[in-house]
Amino acid sequence: MSDGLMIEVASLTKQYAGHTAVSNISFTVGHGEIVGLLGPNGAGKSTTMRILACYLPATSGTVRVAGLDVFKRSDEVRRRIGYMPENNPLHLDLRVGEYLRFRARLKGLNWTRCRRRVDTVMEQCGLTEVSRRIIGQLSKGYRQRVGLADALVHEPELIILDEPTIGLDPNQIRSVRQLIKGLASAHTVLISTHILPEAEMTCNRMVIMYEGKILAAGTPENLERLMSHNSQVIAEIAAPPEELRECWTQMPQIDQFDVSPCEGEYFRCALTPRNGVDLRPSVYELACKHGWPLRELRRSRHSLEDIYVQVTRPGEEEET
Amino acid sequence: MQAYWTLARRELGGYFLSLTGYVIIAAALFLMGNCFVVVLAKLQYYPTSTPVTELFFNTEFFWLILLPTTPLITMRLFAQEKFSGTFETLMTSPVKDLEVVLAKFTAALMFYAVMWLPLLGCLLVVRHYTHDASALDAGVVASTFLGILLLGAMFVGLGCFASALTRNQAVAAMISLVFGVSLFLLAYLADRFAAGAHWQAQVLACFTLFDQMSDFARGVVDTRAVVLYASLALFSLFLTLRVVESRRWK
Repeated sequence: MSDGLMIEVASLTKQYAGHTAVSNISFTVGHGEIVGLLGPNGAGKSTTMRILACYLPATSGTVRVAGLDVFKRSDEVRRRIGYMPENNPLHLDLRVGEYLRFRARLKGLNWTRCRRRVDTVMEQCGLTEVSRRIIGQLSKGYRQRVGLADALVHEPELIILDEPTIGLDPNQIRSVRQLIKGLASAHTVLISTHILPEAEMTCNRMVIMYEGKILAAGTPENLERLMSHNSQVIAEIAAPPEELRECWTQMPQIDQFDVSPCEGEYFRCALTPRNGVDLRPSVYELACKHGWPLRELRRSRHSLEDIYVQVTRPGEEEET
Repeated sequence: MQAYWTLARRELGGYFLSLTGYVIIAAALFLMGNCFVVVLAKLQYYPTSTPVTELFFNTEFFWLILLPTTPLITMRLFAQEKFSGTFETLMTSPVKDLEVVLAKFTAALMFYAVMWLPLLGCLLVVRHYTHDASALDAGVVASTFLGILLLGAMFVGLGCFASALTRNQAVAAMISLVFGVSLFLLAYLADRFAAGAHWQAQVLACFTLFDQMSDFARGVVDTRAVVLYASLALFSLFLTLRVVESRRWK
């Protein structure tokens, strides 16, 4: 076991006939982390996950799970992984309980442990009341939970979920997301998604992929900080607009400004700083000095949405 | 080993969870019944001392049952899983490729054997009404079923291979039907042209499936036939394994 790393991907490349799906990516995931692979469709997320799950071989580069090479020691790696593929394929002719017992046995659990684990995961995923229903007759939300239960049933160290919330309604998404969050303590989780709020809410760390390359990686906060060096400061001040404009022009840190009337006597000033300075203290001091009432003072946060759009916009790739 | 039995059980169960299994058995049963009516009608006019089992293999019904049912049995094995995507969940579980191939083959062969069981019933009926113990010899029945099973293993093996090649069940069935019919035609050719002494004729003589089945039905277990069927079955399983492994080379 190599110093607490669950996944080590080093210069991984995967080429299909004619095109490169993943080109020279490297990243690591530590024990107990929830990491999101984020990217538009066709960015290489699924390919990366399939390679991690030992379904496809890499063209070049090394991939290790719990210190074991996924190609050379595929059997041991597969024992440690719970993988739910995209679109969550299931045997639709089986009952929920039957299917989970079949999967648990296939993954090498003995009878007593199989029975105990199947009961546990059905409870965990809220499947107990449908355990005797045929999977083909269940709603999509339930099927998704069956897929999750299957990924969990052999208590894997690493859980890989490819687009676990795709095609679910908002309530179902919430419940699946909660389930994933609940796994964090005991397992390492790698999930892929192209929905930002999902990653923002569930993951400690994100890897943004685009066209087979990693464009950015880090915690959601770090990625935001990365972007926030020229973020605007919004201040709502009750003062004569001419005086406000005068003050902003005189302040050397301000690159651009915009003053627009708000309700009441307040004016809303949007200030863009030069060189990434935080303008908030100086704005506060200014308001105090003139005795102007200050109603709001905030730095507009770049949401992950902005990061995502900025980073994945074709032609404007930004390396970190 | 556990994975092998779990998978084989699931595969065999799969035939009975869908309508396909019952339809195949019903169709085979219908043809078998017809066949027996023909045999018995013949017996009524031309009494012979030939065993009933052998008479059965001298009608075309046996091939009529064997040729279309084996593709129907084997077409789902890999093609269906590839189509529905469950092949991915299967191959990412800690199972060996060999276990998967063998389990699927075993399940198909077991279903094939179950399909032929009613034949035993037909034979028992004959014995019951003829009141003659010699009409049905246990050894002959055993060798007949051994023949059916071995010949079936060869056809099921080829079907496995066909199913592994594609993700479309209909295509898989067509490919294995082509394999089956080719063997049948080869047997037909061998039947007519295998008389010569040159090596081509001798090779062809190995494929006289009709004679070989008649031998089995008479109670003669010919090692040449056993070796042919077993080795062809093994060879097709080897090819299937290669196809399943091939995703690791791409």
